Amino acid sequence: MAVQVRVPTILRTYTGGAKLVEGTGDTLAALFLDLDARYSGLRGRLVTGDDGAELHRFVNIYINDEDVRFLGGLDAKLAQGDEVTILPAVAGGALDTPIPSRAADRRRN
Amino acid sequence: MRFDSLADSVGRTALVGLPRLSPSPEVRLWAKLEQHNPTGSIKDRAALWMIADGEKRGLLTPGATVLEPTSGNTGISLAMVCRQKGYRLVCVMPENTSVERRQLLQMWGAEIRYSPAAGGSNEAVAVAKRLAAENPDWVMLYQYGNPANAQAHYETTGPEILEDLPGITHFVAGLGTTGTLMGTGRYLKEHVPGITIVAAEPRYGELVYGLRNIDEGFVPELYDPSVLTSRYSVGPREALRRTRELVQEEGIFAGISTGAILHAALGQAERAVREGKRADIALIVADGGWKYLSTGAYAGTLEEAEAALEGQLWA
Repeated sequence: MAVQVRVPTILRTYTGGAKLVEGTGDTLAALFLDLDARYSGLRGRLVTGDDGAELHRFVNIYINDEDVRFLGGLDAKLAQGDEVTILPAVAGGALDTPIPSRAADRRRN
Repeated sequence: MRFDSLADSVGRTALVGLPRLSPSPEVRLWAKLEQHNPTGSIKDRAALWMIADGEKRGLLTPGATVLEPTSGNTGISLAMVCRQKGYRLVCVMPENTSVERRQLLQMWGAEIRYSPAAGGSNEAVAVAKRLAAENPDWVMLYQYGNPANAQAHYETTGPEILEDLPGITHFVAGLGTTGTLMGTGRYLKEHVPGITIVAAEPRYGELVYGLRNIDEGFVPELYDPSVLTSRYSVGPREALRRTRELVQEEGIFAGISTGAILHAALGQAERAVREGKRADIALIVADGGWKYLSTGAYAGTLEEAEAALEGQLWA
């Protein structure tokens, strides 16, 4: 049950800088355990609670673009070839402001 | 139609069919044209309700100063209402906001305070909260947590849609402050058993998610996931493609977030066709495309337009 997982910038310290990693598991919970075996500490940033039973409040996870919180959360089922996207929850919607580009950062430095 | 003032003309927007984008006579899409509100976006409803609520609760009195972290549609709507009511409006926006935004807000009489560009929207919210603490007599309406934002849609958007489309099976809207979905969604769920409420959430370029720490994340206080049936993340490529289809097929010139909403709505339509079910799907056109022309969204190839949007909050 191999799936592709998109990792946000903020969590790439756990994946050696990799943006896209592969993992296996029938459910999201199983996938996280599989990933943690190779990318130690990653799971700890995605789940909370005593036994990691809940998704972190500020982490959104999507299976083929659908929010897993509406698919059973950590029990959400995975199928071969699924795409899993991890994103931090940010304020959007009201501020349509360009975020400073890397070029602008370079000019400032 | 005659109204006592511009603010009184907010709402009662048209619901129009999308005959060319609807897959069949049994599965139909309907667009609620919120760009027909006085300042050109759905935010007029929330602005009007938040100001009226502040007055009702005695927070807003003549000569009051209203504060809000926004450079977007909410700022423009608040500026229009504040001008009419005689309130001073201070908007906090990141210093790298486009010149059109600044000019629009200043034209309506809003004052602008800048937050550091590097912090994005989270930093604008933080600066506004600091300004509110320093100026206890200012009133921050705070659209992300103000129940009057959702209430506007519970009292207007929801009933309007149900009146125009009694057979509604699906409602699809964008997820930002969550006010539209929470208010409209609650109203429709109370009146239409089994209705499907779908959120289309814009997925921005990586730079927008550049938090230093996951714990700096943000979920609007208004958000109640139990109102929703499902929530989809829509990337810039799909949003742009659908925004262009909407103007090419149906003649509706909408902003980019509407493309994301249309994408999610078409997904629901395809599912209904597959399952052989009848569907009347209402979707929100949040604003027109004018304010996004300078982003390059409507010119060149999709690849070029997508590259131009990288790093921008396009909804």
